[in-house]
Amino acid sequence: MANLQDIRRRIKSIQNTSQITKAMQMVAAAKMKKAQDQAIAGRAYADRLNAVLVNLKANMEGLAHPFLKVEEEGKHLILVISTDKGLCGGINTNVLKKVRKELPVDGDYVTVGKKLREQIAKAQQNLIADFPIVDPVPFEEVKVISKFISDEFISGKYNKVSVAFTNFISTLVQEPHISQLLPIDPSKLAEKQDYEGVGKGKVKETDHAIEEKEYTFEPNPTAVLDTLLPQYINFQVYQMIVEARASEHSARMVAMKSATDNANNLVKDLKVEYNKLRQAAITQELLEITTAMKAME
Amino acid sequence: MPIQLDIVTPEKKVFSDVVEDIYLPTQLGETGILSGHTALVTPLEPGELRYKKDGEYIEFAIGEGFMEATQESVTVLTDICACHEEIDEDVVEAAMKRAEDALADTDHTADPSQVLALQATIAKSLAQLKLKRRYK
Repeated sequence: MANLQDIRRRIKSIQNTSQITKAMQMVAAAKMKKAQDQAIAGRAYADRLNAVLVNLKANMEGLAHPFLKVEEEGKHLILVISTDKGLCGGINTNVLKKVRKELPVDGDYVTVGKKLREQIAKAQQNLIADFPIVDPVPFEEVKVISKFISDEFISGKYNKVSVAFTNFISTLVQEPHISQLLPIDPSKLAEKQDYEGVGKGKVKETDHAIEEKEYTFEPNPTAVLDTLLPQYINFQVYQMIVEARASEHSARMVAMKSATDNANNLVKDLKVEYNKLRQAAITQELLEITTAMKAME
Repeated sequence: MPIQLDIVTPEKKVFSDVVEDIYLPTQLGETGILSGHTALVTPLEPGELRYKKDGEYIEFAIGEGFMEATQESVTVLTDICACHEEIDEDVVEAAMKRAEDALADTDHTADPSQVLALQATIAKSLAQLKLKRRYK
């Protein structure tokens, strides 16, 4: 049976751990709020972009752009978005599982985030690039990624580009999600994305009916489309990374909260044991004193 | 005649106010917009955006993007937008230097898209520097 000093030491060390996890929980909560705000701040941009795309689509008979070209042959390019740091529950593992299950092993991989880069490199898969992205996500850095991906796609080497990331559904629920980035499906262009978790419901939905205005496109619709589509892709990638970031922070917050709770429970149990032992020691001592007194009488 | 001007980047809504007139750098040159303009969508080049408010012109340096004009409002969607107080000359100069060095190293015939991207970065930096230096 453990002695008093051992238990005291354990209580102390668990309390220290719980303080750390508590602090991490607070930090993650603050960062999650920021990431959510960032995603919501982007809604205004998304709404305008979508409205213009809807109009453009209505104005053009048959869209033509390298981003829309569907090829039968070619490799699959996959962008995997994970986290740089651990201690955020199972979100990286879940993304990896989904990638393994649904995407081809022989595809070429591009990663954001250290955790899955290591996993993919370890599995000897073809990793062609990795991009470090700081927190909060700067749009300028994301542009580099989407530029790289678009260039690779236009080069004709790939016929499909998918992105695997964690979709933010709520603070408690994050789901791995795989979304096709390129080629853009014209029927889905400017439609509501199925992964807009963070901003959902907080900003009013764009009413497409009101947006049906007769626009003049200068110099011409094709030129406008040419400049708009790359921006659309930039924004999509940006939005997915922001979603993944919000998921990461909320997963970490939840993980740290349960770690703190567990630590506190452990401390409580140990304290009970400690007090029992202490009481036993006191009783023992009293017993000894009384026995000694009795013997002297 | 007043016209509503909104400037939006993916990161935030930078500007929203009622102004008198607006000048934007489009692909076809500088375009001025007054209220009552026909509905128009056109791509923007990196450069300076000017608007008039209370008889005074105020400038922003903007990156590439596009503009949507209607009778009573103008919405500018761009990747960066900064007024002269926000521009850090050293940072921009360093970015431009990097782009120029990279441009010198790139084979112009082999990788035209790379060259275009670098030229866009330089144009963006130049627009910001020009605006900053004017206010010195």
